Amino acid sequence: MCTIVPISLSIGANRIVPTVSIPYPLGNPELPAEKEKELRRHLVEKALNALATPVDDQTVFND
Amino acid sequence: MAYKVVHYINQFFAGIGGEEKADIAPEVREGKVGPGMGLGQLLAPDAEIVATFICGDNYFATNSDKVCQEVIDCCKKYKADALIAGPAFNAGRYGTACASVCAAVQKELGIPTLTALYKENPGVDLFRKEIVIVETANSARGMGKALPTMAAVAKKLLSGKAIEDPAAEGVFSKGIRQNMFYSEPGAERAVKMLIKKLKKEPFTTEYPMPVFDRVTPRPPVKDMSHAKIAIVTSGGIVPFGNPDHIAASSAQNFGEYDISGVTDLKKGEYQTAHGGYDQTYANQDPDRVLPVDVLRDLVREGKIGSLYEHYYATVGNGTAVANAKKFGTEIGKKLKDANVQAVILTST
Amino acid sequence: MKLELCKIVVDKLEWGPRTSVKDKVLTINKDELVAKILEDPGLKGVEVELVHPGESTRILPVKDAVQPRYKLEGPGQVFPGWIGDVETVGSGKTLVLDGACVLTTGRLVAPQEGIVDMSGPGAEYTPFSKTQNIVLVFEPVDGLELHDLEAVYRKAGLRAAFYLAEACRDCKIDNVETYEWPPFTDSLKAYPNLPKIAYVYMLQSQGLLHDTWVYGVDAKRILPTLISPTETMDGAIISGNCVSACDKNNTYVHLNNPVIKSLFEHHGKDLNFIGCIITNENVTLADKKRSSWYAINLAKMLGADGVVISEEGFGNPDADLIMNCWKAERAGIRTVLITDEYAGRDGSSQSLADSCPEGDACVTAGNANEIVVLPPMKKVIGDPSKADVIAGGFFGSLREDGSMEVELQAILGSTCELGFNLIGARTL
Repeated sequence: MCTIVPISLSIGANRIVPTVSIPYPLGNPELPAEKEKELRRHLVEKALNALATPVDDQTVFND
Repeated sequence: MAYKVVHYINQFFAGIGGEEKADIAPEVREGKVGPGMGLGQLLAPDAEIVATFICGDNYFATNSDKVCQEVIDCCKKYKADALIAGPAFNAGRYGTACASVCAAVQKELGIPTLTALYKENPGVDLFRKEIVIVETANSARGMGKALPTMAAVAKKLLSGKAIEDPAAEGVFSKGIRQNMFYSEPGAERAVKMLIKKLKKEPFTTEYPMPVFDRVTPRPPVKDMSHAKIAIVTSGGIVPFGNPDHIAASSAQNFGEYDISGVTDLKKGEYQTAHGGYDQTYANQDPDRVLPVDVLRDLVREGKIGSLYEHYYATVGNGTAVANAKKFGTEIGKKLKDANVQAVILTST
Repeated sequence: MKLELCKIVVDKLEWGPRTSVKDKVLTINKDELVAKILEDPGLKGVEVELVHPGESTRILPVKDAVQPRYKLEGPGQVFPGWIGDVETVGSGKTLVLDGACVLTTGRLVAPQEGIVDMSGPGAEYTPFSKTQNIVLVFEPVDGLELHDLEAVYRKAGLRAAFYLAEACRDCKIDNVETYEWPPFTDSLKAYPNLPKIAYVYMLQSQGLLHDTWVYGVDAKRILPTLISPTETMDGAIISGNCVSACDKNNTYVHLNNPVIKSLFEHHGKDLNFIGCIITNENVTLADKKRSSWYAINLAKMLGADGVVISEEGFGNPDADLIMNCWKAERAGIRTVLITDEYAGRDGSSQSLADSCPEGDACVTAGNANEIVVLPPMKKVIGDPSKADVIAGGFFGSLREDGSMEVELQAILGSTCELGFNLIGARTL
């Protein structure tokens, strides 16, 4: 899970889930706490989905 | 007075025989033998081959430690100022022997050593970071070209100078970046390089772009609802106070932290040790980097089997790839031993 | 636009009744200087120390370095948005105390070394061992939030630098450098046989102690834009940036940008310097993509044949650098990159976090992970407590004899990616 996807692609990660921002990859301080947690949960679910998906090559899991 | 050089060669170049003689035991002859004749002429008058150490390639392969010690002893006995081995061209066993004895002598006696190999000789990749290896053609037909380069490099090393420009000096680079001072500031070097590039004149980049490893993707997790998931981060989330003193940049270690019973990473209990980003938001709520709160919910709801009770953290900020690779290997082993099925890695 | 830099050479500092320069000695009225600095309600007190090259003195953690400047003739005043109004600067006459430098110190976060050694091996790496330094050690009022405190320190440094230069406005000028920046209608037609070169000037813009300001605007909130290089000489660009201080551009190097200096020196001889484009290095991917497309499109609209691209910082900004590089090259604009390296202490790792085949021309300001041993100094200014050294968060370690084994990244300006220094690296 990373914000700067091009770096993850360069260094060879295979399952990549794009995140929000460098200082808060899994959050957003501008959102109310409840909304922020929903956002985080959505991203983590995407990561779990990526882990459960077969891939042959480097794959970015966009929405 | 000329520098004293010991020369290491195999049974073939000593004129003893080919494959059928490859298991002969070491023998030391005073003076020059085989390619040492030509090499000796090129070294004179600065240096002189005082002894030649001859060893069968198979004998070396099965007795490498013993032979290395004997070469060290030989260098001591003849008060050698340097050891030259080969050239071994593309001969794999011979090349590895040459490189091994150079590395052993250099380590034990601290004197200059060098060998000369073809780029695909396995000795190159095994030893290029440790010793000086002159690049040769792939067969003995390249002897005429190899010897003058070897002699020139040997003289340079014997005079106490280091290799500065491996390519120009005919030596394999060690792949090590070393700082140096140019005569002009970087900005002026950049402007001059751009002018050359636009004129299509030759120029040399000061840093060729990096190349990174690739790994084969692993098969997916089949049953997430029973899987044990671990979390690992390079975002520097550590228990408050940073108990393992993970550096804010160029981390030299990683931490292992027990989160059994922790359902939410709270401000003041956890923090970031990372110096590469504005720490305000991660310190307010460390779950923004390491999503423990959400993962606990997902466990409770049965979406994942369990969350592994330890997490691992380092700081990915100016951290050398070599260190990151070492941390990754160690963490991977721990996770495998704990029967973890999948890992979520978060980065900042 | 025509700017004259009126330089007064300073090679010694001393306290005295009236702030002025005579025979290269900058005399400073301490009470006046302190009173100016303490005009900020965020400060309770300030210690000021005068430090010269060659002394056994260590200063840490340095937050910013500022060269004293004052506009003798406007429009505008130096450091627009902070000292001056937000009026456009970059023309008229600007007084420079050449050789003097204000160094501000103040700890805001744990890893914040920014070491300046005035002698010994560390002195060889920092540009600020060669300047006569007015060092400010702040005592802030209690309870300030960190971002606010950063602003207090930043502004205090600018105010001190402005005060010193302003007070010397009637002193004898030693030499004048003139820079001219014509309108595009003229510059694009000039020197038709020379390649048209622009400068892509990347500014760190990532939050607390990783920020830069342009005319008082936080650089993370700008779209890439054109700026006259003469504006940078009047302090249009201000640093709020000092963690891993080796490759962060403090205000001093923004005022004396060596890329701009080199491009002016070559202008009309073997190139035509046509534009200076400032861009940022933000924390989201969309921002990074947008800014790089936008910056390179500005270069394209100018008709640039080539660009020098300077990075600030390392790690994720490598992604900005690489995007700027391939987007320019694929638009037919040739590039040279200026960066530094994080190749590990042994130099064996990849130096950058990102890569593209188009990056075939790269200048490096050295491996910031390389270790240097700094011997103990007689005097330490700033933060004498070494607690954080032991607690981690330090780019190295403290030895028993008081010497420090640090990576170059702890030394202020040591691997400056504007190419300020002679340092580089090679592959052995």
